[in-house]
Amino acid sequence: MSSRHDERLRSGRPNSGSHSQQTEEVSSPNAPLQGVALERELAGAPDREFTVAARSQWSMVARRFFRHKLAVVSLVVFVAVVLLAFVGGTLWHYNYQDLTGDYSVGPSAKHPFGTDSSSHDTFAQVLRGTQRSLEIALFVAVVATAVGTVYGSIAGFFRGWSDSVMMRIVDLFLTFPTIAVAAILGDQLGPRANGWLWIAVVLAALIWPYVSRVVRGVTLSIREKEYIEASRALGASNSRIIARHVVPNVIGPVIVTITILVAQAILAETALSFVGFGVKAPDTSLGLLVSVNQTAVQTRPWLFYFPGFFIIVIALSINFIGDGLRDALDPTQTRVRA
Amino acid sequence: MLAYAIRRLLISIPIILISTFIVFLLVTYSGDPLANLRTKQPIPPPQVFAKYKHDFRLDQPVLERYWHWITGVVHGDFGPSVEGGGTLNIGHELGHRLIVSARLVIAAMIIAALLAVIVGVVSAMKQYSIPDYAFTFTGFLFLSMPVFWFAVLLKEGAIWLNTNAGTSLKTIGDTSPIVGPGAWAHFTDAVNHLVLPTIALAMTSYAAWSRFNRASMLEVLSSDYIRLARAKGLSRRRVLVRHALRTALIPFVTVTALDMAAILGATIITETVFQWRGMGTFLLDGIRNLDVYVVLAWLLVAALIVIVFNLIADLLYGVLDPRIRYE
Repeated sequence: MSSRHDERLRSGRPNSGSHSQQTEEVSSPNAPLQGVALERELAGAPDREFTVAARSQWSMVARRFFRHKLAVVSLVVFVAVVLLAFVGGTLWHYNYQDLTGDYSVGPSAKHPFGTDSSSHDTFAQVLRGTQRSLEIALFVAVVATAVGTVYGSIAGFFRGWSDSVMMRIVDLFLTFPTIAVAAILGDQLGPRANGWLWIAVVLAALIWPYVSRVVRGVTLSIREKEYIEASRALGASNSRIIARHVVPNVIGPVIVTITILVAQAILAETALSFVGFGVKAPDTSLGLLVSVNQTAVQTRPWLFYFPGFFIIVIALSINFIGDGLRDALDPTQTRVRA
Repeated sequence: MLAYAIRRLLISIPIILISTFIVFLLVTYSGDPLANLRTKQPIPPPQVFAKYKHDFRLDQPVLERYWHWITGVVHGDFGPSVEGGGTLNIGHELGHRLIVSARLVIAAMIIAALLAVIVGVVSAMKQYSIPDYAFTFTGFLFLSMPVFWFAVLLKEGAIWLNTNAGTSLKTIGDTSPIVGPGAWAHFTDAVNHLVLPTIALAMTSYAAWSRFNRASMLEVLSSDYIRLARAKGLSRRRVLVRHALRTALIPFVTVTALDMAAILGATIITETVFQWRGMGTFLLDGIRNLDVYVVLAWLLVAALIVIVFNLIADLLYGVLDPRIRYE
């Protein structure tokens, strides 16, 4: 896992030349890779006393992240939950709609999370609910981040009146509580075919303005940096500056935002389903399961605690991953000098 | 300063108009307000439909309907309601429920802000100590916990306490139907009902705010003027309270205001769990009954609250931070 992750992050290295984070590494444009440096040394070429291999920004980020123990543990937990929901659900010997014939029994080897009063297996239901909630959360995070990033970076980069207009539109979105508007739309769209997808679209449509604000702020600060000025002085076009300098530097905060959004989207979806305007039966989600079973908390506590526990585990692990990424991507971070 | 405040207030008016118009379109096209009537058994006579259509101005074009609605609101008429066969006065009901919810929101915000400041200071002063780790972990935990789940858990805890420890915490409703005589009895009854929902609502804000305060305190504590103040021989306490905390709290004012919309959202959930007859359940019932003018009134009030809070925060920012001058 670790090495694959490392590799994926490393592959982003062609961009690293333009990063402000380079201050920490001893970089040499002639020896970008350790292999190359070694080769030169072996060939007797170096005209210096010692050679220092440059680390790409992404390998440093990965090193810092993997030193953050809580974040790494959270990553493992999160991947485990995802696998459990998407793979485990299909392997488990009960389907979430199966009537098992065991009514309201507590946790046992046969039913690890017990059963409800209609003899559904709660473990199968929780897995299915987790799958649904994760699908919605990931959809919301990806779509809202994509839209918000494009929108925010355009507003921040070009500034002026277009920025003002674009940001006033964002302000309009932020005037209303997300859950209230989502409930109004969810009431109509939830019962449709593929209701969960509609819920995801609604949540994404309401959450992207928050992302665009973050991205605009970052873009505004980046465009004032000296290296942008230098690039412009050298005759670089807008599109080149955006592609080479702005985008790679915005990626860090955006990655952190995605993780926070996944957690927020999970909480928003479950809250929406809880009040009855989100995912509807026969489909199920973690929020719906908590809602349906809240009256059983005293008589059959397993029905209430397990779905809630899954929501917390997912949201908590993602929040810790986000925290680890934030530290790892922070250019001023010096405590963990990898 | 005064000119700035007035200008900001004037700018708020078109923002309110545009946002209410968008919301009006959204609510108008999101569903058929007569759907519940159509599925009624036996099917009501056509006169009933005609009356509803007329009362709800469904026979008018959308722009005209919006104009009638917004001018009505200015005169205190929020439009007709489905509930009670159309007899419910939305403005009256809204006013009553606003007071109920305001108790909860204000109590929760004060508690959350106080806790967040204390925890933020302690965490920043003793960074990477055991209390810091403990606060960080609980902060993340509350950040990841759904309000509704925590609220149900609180209810269960209160019931357990009531049966085992002899306490009498109220777990349902905003007031008791029958309260003993005297204002004091009414007051204690209301406070008793307030305890659990306030904790539930406060925890969600507390989680994010304490993280924010910790970060801003850390930043301030590492700045040069704090080191100078210490070097001059001022006591730790004085440096902390007079120099560090004051500066660190300025951005926090904005954060609380920006979170207003989220807090109103969390209030909807909290009120549902504790079965309060407040703003939150008013909205949800309105959506369920396809009561368009109830939903519109709710959104209008929510938008007003958010805009006013942001304005207050901006003005306070100017008062607290001498570097900022409004012209």
